[in-house]
Amino acid sequence: MYAESNHLKFQVENLEVFYDDFRALKNVTLPIKCNNITSIIGPSGCGKSTFLRAFNRMNDLIPNVSTHGIVAKDNKDIINIDIVDLRKSVGMIFQRPNPFPKSIFDNVAYGPRAHGIKSMVELEDIVEKSLKQAILWEEVKDTLDKSALALSGGQQQRLCIARALAVNPDVLLMDEPASALDPIATLKIEDLIQELKGHVTIIIVTHNMQQAARASDFTAFFNMDEDRAGYLVEYGETEKVFTFPEKKITEDYISGRFG
Amino acid sequence: MIIDQAQSSITKAKNKRNLKRQNTFQTLGYILVWICGITAVAVVFWIIGYVLSQGLQVINLEFLTTRPAGGVSGEGGMSTTIVTTLYLVVLTIVIATPLGVGAAVYLVEYAGDASRESKVVAFLVKAARIGVEILAGVPSIIFGLFGFALFVSYMKLGFSLLSASLSGAALILPTIIRTSEEALLTVPRSYREGSLSLGATKWHTIFNVVLPTAIPGIVTGIVLGIGRIIAETAIFWVTLGGSYFLPKSIMNSGRSMALHVYMLASETRAFDKAMGTASILIIIIILLNLAINIISRRLTARVSGKR
Repeated sequence: MYAESNHLKFQVENLEVFYDDFRALKNVTLPIKCNNITSIIGPSGCGKSTFLRAFNRMNDLIPNVSTHGIVAKDNKDIINIDIVDLRKSVGMIFQRPNPFPKSIFDNVAYGPRAHGIKSMVELEDIVEKSLKQAILWEEVKDTLDKSALALSGGQQQRLCIARALAVNPDVLLMDEPASALDPIATLKIEDLIQELKGHVTIIIVTHNMQQAARASDFTAFFNMDEDRAGYLVEYGETEKVFTFPEKKITEDYISGRFG
Repeated sequence: MIIDQAQSSITKAKNKRNLKRQNTFQTLGYILVWICGITAVAVVFWIIGYVLSQGLQVINLEFLTTRPAGGVSGEGGMSTTIVTTLYLVVLTIVIATPLGVGAAVYLVEYAGDASRESKVVAFLVKAARIGVEILAGVPSIIFGLFGFALFVSYMKLGFSLLSASLSGAALILPTIIRTSEEALLTVPRSYREGSLSLGATKWHTIFNVVLPTAIPGIVTGIVLGIGRIIAETAIFWVTLGGSYFLPKSIMNSGRSMALHVYMLASETRAFDKAMGTASILIIIIILLNLAINIISRRLTARVSGKR
């Protein structure tokens, strides 16, 4: 079953997320296929980020958030997975690059160190491998001890990807990873996402229709209901969703008639 | 048409007059704040200048290297008071820093969650916050009386470096807690999320990302505390005693520089030596301020990546 490339990495069943009494997400049921790229699209405020943050339980950090329903990773409810192990295997890339105010090396080595790796040889190995995977190695290999904050925005975002890859995750969550970047840096991130596909399962929230259309295998379209709760409108292969959407509202959104 | 033109020329004249009046006010205001600024600076320079001009006359190598000898004529130098001040500062900071920074970490990182879980904790946290605010404004002699009652007599620590440092620590704790709290609050949430998303624990996140980023602010608080300890008199008069011998252990009494100035001025005829000691005190505080500037600029540069 695991040999199959499109077995399910996640199964989401009847997921609901509340902020106090406010229902931000309602009744989301969705499969996430292994080692594919799934993009989440939809208008602002439809709960895309909330949905994404349910996969590594980042919502738990916000006071008064409660989550109902099931998110299962590899057929195991993530509530039953130790949070450290869960977050180690489910990396996250944020909207704005957020490297730590440390050297490039220390940024990438941060995760492995947090998980107890002390040997410098081993760390150097991981850092080099991760930076190469994130296509950043050539640009920074001579300046590993320089502050990460001196890098450009695009480089910082790739550094964050390297930092996430350093703990060997099998899933990467990306919350509009290119929205704060210029077009060239955006293209580099997109290329990188394509490179990573096949090794990791990627779920990417994006505002950019073209990005979703060219970069992803599957697309889920979310919308906001009248009570402002986000819900899943349509899910399917990206090509199908973009060319023959089942619902009228998906077509309207994709063609730019609202949102 | 003609009437219109006439009216417009009237408004023009009016505008011109208004403009002139505004300009006059501008100039007046400028002169006023300029005078205020100059006066304030002049007073400070006058005080420092006066003390230095009086004090520097008695300062020589002998004055700096011999200990006070007591007596109504204030014999001797000031050597032991410099060393005692140093001891006092180091010991106080060693006690106050972990307590203060730890309390700030609790208030910023943990108190919120804990308060939501229990009403008792919420009440205690609120009380602690208000307590810190109030303590920051309490006169130092009150801390001195408290230290005298608790450390000197009840705990039988006597007039000693230890009693003085414990009381001094209580005095500067509010400052350290507040500045550390503010420094921790300026650490962006994205740093914490970045660390947690890598599977790091909360503790690891605080120790390896949050605290290092907040260091410049925390150091500022500590240095403010150092300045306070160097400058305070009353609190140490009732906890440190006033012995002019060099303390051999933390259980010995001693005399800090500020205390020495006070004692020389109030109990001896050696007003010139009080001025001399005061000069050294002022010079040290000026140097300390320069050091803060350099240190905090360096640390900030390191944290913000400009190096």
